Parts: sequence; C-alpha cells; structure tokens
Amino acid sequence: MNAQTDWKGFLARRSFIELDARERTIALLDAGSFREIVGPFDRLKSPWLPMQGIVAQADDGVVIARGTIDGEPAVVAAIESAYQGGSMGEVSGAKIAGALELALRDNENGIRTRAVLLLETGGVRLQEANLGLAAIAEIHAAIVALRRHVPVVGVIGGMVGCFGGMSLAAALCSYLIVTREARLGMNGPEVIEQEAGIEEIDSSDRALIWSLIGGEQRTRLGMVDALVEDDATQIAKQVRTTFALGIPKAYRCEALDTYLTRIGEVDTSKQLTGVQLATLWGNKGDSK
Amino acid sequence: MSDALTIPTGPHASRGRVWLHALTEREEQGFGQSHSVLFADAPLGDIDARFIAVVPDPANRFPRARQGEVGLEQGWALANIVRQTIDAHRGGDERRRPIVAVVDVVGQAYGRREELMGIHLACAAAANAYAQARLAGHPVIALIVGHAMSGAFLAHGYQANRIVALDAPDVLIHAMGQAAAARITRRTVEQLAELGNRIPPMSYDIRNYAKLGLLDSLIEGVDADAPDAAAVQQVRKVLAGTLDSIRQDGVRDLSARYRSKEAQTTRAASIEVRKRLAEQW
Repeated sequence: MNAQTDWKGFLARRSFIELDARERTIALLDAGSFREIVGPFDRLKSPWLPMQGIVAQADDGVVIARGTIDGEPAVVAAIESAYQGGSMGEVSGAKIAGALELALRDNENGIRTRAVLLLETGGVRLQEANLGLAAIAEIHAAIVALRRHVPVVGVIGGMVGCFGGMSLAAALCSYLIVTREARLGMNGPEVIEQEAGIEEIDSSDRALIWSLIGGEQRTRLGMVDALVEDDATQIAKQVRTTFALGIPKAYRCEALDTYLTRIGEVDTSKQLTGVQLATLWGNKGDSK
Repeated sequence: MSDALTIPTGPHASRGRVWLHALTEREEQGFGQSHSVLFADAPLGDIDARFIAVVPDPANRFPRARQGEVGLEQGWALANIVRQTIDAHRGGDERRRPIVAVVDVVGQAYGRREELMGIHLACAAAANAYAQARLAGHPVIALIVGHAMSGAFLAHGYQANRIVALDAPDVLIHAMGQAAAARITRRTVEQLAELGNRIPPMSYDIRNYAKLGLLDSLIEGVDADAPDAAAVQQVRKVLAGTLDSIRQDGVRDLSARYRSKEAQTTRAASIEVRKRLAEQW
C-alpha cells in the first residue's frame, strides 16, 4: 500500500483472496448467471487418494461454472487452494481440460464461449503423479487450441500462487491478471531450497520470494497483462476490460527473440535482485 | 547403415545425444550459443524429419542447468527450433515435416535465476511451439529414451501426437524426482516404490506408465545406452509406423490419449468427467 491508496475504497472492497473457488466464479460471472456443472453432487472424486488413505473431496477441488460475462457465454474454471494445495489430480485436471475442450467445440460451432481460469495451485498432485502431469499437458493443449478463437484469461488472485506445470498454463493464456499477493513461478521456493540449498534461496524469506516472483515484479518485467488490487469488483471489471481487447496480436510465449536477447544480456555469475533485473531489461512493461 | 555406430562417450554422453546421433547419423547443430539443445534433420520413412534433444552441458552459464535440465535457454531454444520447422514449410506442399522429440530430460532447472527470469515462460514457449506444430499438421512424436521428468517433459515431448518409449532400465516418467517426491509426501523412497507397484500413476516405471493409456508403443529389447544397428533400425521402424498412424487418423488434438484401450480402465475418471461435462454443458 502506498500513499496514493484510496483508503475508503480499500476498506469498502470485497477481498477476492478471501473467497473460496465457488464464490470467486460467482463474483466473476454476470450477476445471476452462475451455474455449476459436474459439481459436488456428481461426486466425481479422485479414485487414487482413498487408496493412499486420503479423504477424497466430492468436487476434487475444482469448480467449473457456466454463465455469461458481459452477456457472452462463458466458462470459469476455479481451483480451490484449500483442498490439497490446489493440486492437479486426474479428476480436477480433467475438469479443466474437458471444460476448455467443450469451449473449443462451441467456438468451432460458432458459439463464442470465452474461458477464464482461476489459477491457485502448487501444480501436480504428487499422489496422482503421472495422471496429474498428463492432465496438465492436456490443459496446455486445450488453451493453445482455444485461444485461436477467443481469449483465454488467467487470473492469479493469491495467496497460494501458481506453480509447477500450471505456471506454464498461466503463461499460455491470452492474458494474465494478477494481484500483488499473487506469485507466479515454476518451482516453489521450498522445492528449490530443498534441491539447491538455502544459499540458492531462503524459502522462509517472504520479502525475497515476492521480490522475485510476486505479482508486482512480474508486472515490472512485462510477464503479465494487468496488476489489480485484491478486490472482487475490480477483478471482475478487469476481466471484462481484458476480454474487450479481443485476441492478442502477439503472444508473450512467442516473443522468442525478445526473451533470448534479454536472457543473453544477464550476467549469470551473480544473483540479481528483482529490481536489478527489471532495470536491466528496461522496465519494458508488456512485451506484447 | 554401418554396423559400427559412433556412440558419443565421455562426460558429455547422454542418451539424448546417443539416440539423436544414432537416428540421424548427422552432425547435430546447436541453437545460437546453446550447446544443450541439439537438432538434426534426417530421413524418417519417406520424408526428412527434425530430431531434437536436450543434452547435458557442463559449462553452461546457468549453473542449475548443466545436467540436461530444461532451463531458460533450453526452453526458448526448443521453441525456436520447433518454430523454424513450422516457418520453413512451403505452401503447396501438403506434407508437413515431422518432428521427433528425443526425450531424456532430468527435470526443469531448479534455481533462483530461473524463477526470476521466468523459466515458466521459457517452458511454456517450448510447449506452445510443439502444440502449434501439431495443430498446423506437423506430425509430432516423443521418443522417450531416458528420463521424462515433470516440467521438462511438459516442455519437451508432452505436446506430441504420439508418445513412444524404450522398455529399458532407467526409462522413467514422473512428476517429480524420487527423492524429492518422497520428502514432500513424507514417505521413504521404498514406500514410494511400493505404492507405485500398487497405484500405476504413482509409478516411475515405464511398464506401469504403459498401463495409463498415454503411450502409443513400448519398444522392447533395446539397449538404451549403447544401441547397435539392429536396435536403431527397430526404433526407426516404430517411428515410421507411428508417423503413418498419425497421418492416417489426421487427428491434431490429444484425444488419442483417452481413447486408447488401456485408458478405458485406468483413465476411466478422465473419460467420465468429460462425458458429464458434455451432458451438463
């Protein structure tokens, strides 16, 4: 929070982070349009967790909601970070991939169903390992196929952030919206510390972690499209503004020359801070 | 094809390098300054294909990406090499150049520099390029000759039309290295191995992976470290057959992975979820 903060607005806001996955989808869809499909009453649970003595939840931690956004047909897939760290298992992964595949089918049939992904996940659910990884590959394939027809908008609200194979999914989206509380990275800081040692990264140093992979830093580097407050109304508004941009002319994940040059410029004999890297890369903002 | 294959040996040896060389019999090229992503164009069946491998690079300027990991440079290099293949396609020619990802990747690079500079974006660039190639009609095959680990496999191989693998020791597919997965799930490596035998998706073993229905074929009786001419011929034959099958069914998405026979039982939940989504859509 800086001096320009509108305190009245801040106090009046409705925190997006404090909402659960279902409430987040309701907040994003047009009022009264929310309809959950393959919800808890379908009882499609993980077949693999009970074999390992873990209680399976009836929605496997993913909410798929149909409805409208600005009157246009939409599907919102939201990951519930409170269940198994938002991890992707067979069922939760299939729900997201399947929803995107149906949105693609709609678009191929002339129905412009748009998609929003609420990404709050540590990545693959290790108890379902290879089937989680396979589902994530199918999610990647579906995003790339769908975004040719209609924007796929990713939102990372916080506080878990978006990691593992799902961080690739975030990077494949047409547009990405983040809060300051969000983190976006491939390997979680705890895993890096475990694999590379505390001299590489101190995962308990929250200021350090956010300075490297937090929403504000990702914005400085131009790796996301919009930075928003933790405010459900503002995020819902930003999602609409973003869809109004239409299909992007270029994708960040196709900015091959830009990123090879940028990475080539970096002196890898030392560790840079987030601000140093942003300065080196010229605070370029959006690379699109 | 001569009987005496020149197998690269020494500290730079890797199955990726061995198989890239054996299958193409060409001098591999690196991309730009990178010595860790190699490619060569060589015949596959009736057409030239592009073969691509990620290999160890002990002198790489990124200290966490020296052992065959997919890091920042590797992700963007893969994207470029695949992109070149797509861009090189001339209009009028109906047949698109096939791409073979020779997969032996120990994982993504775990490091602070990597996170700061966006390894997620680099790996996404590679996955995106492979997916774009597949959607454009380039037949894409992943040939697993060693490790296919986690995010590295997502970047290099998992977007392929078909996945084939050698049935050999140390051919492993998983979401996380065994030691790290044991620590994170609070189990011992032995417990993890035991679980893998009971629960197919938990297994590291290629034969259990084959039960998931994600694999198109498992190539038996091949020495993955030092293939002889017959083994190389056998793998070429499988690749050529796979290429034919991709062309014949003409499908450009990944639906074959849950239409397979094995998937009907092991991935029954993936199929049921899609059925109910369609019913309630």
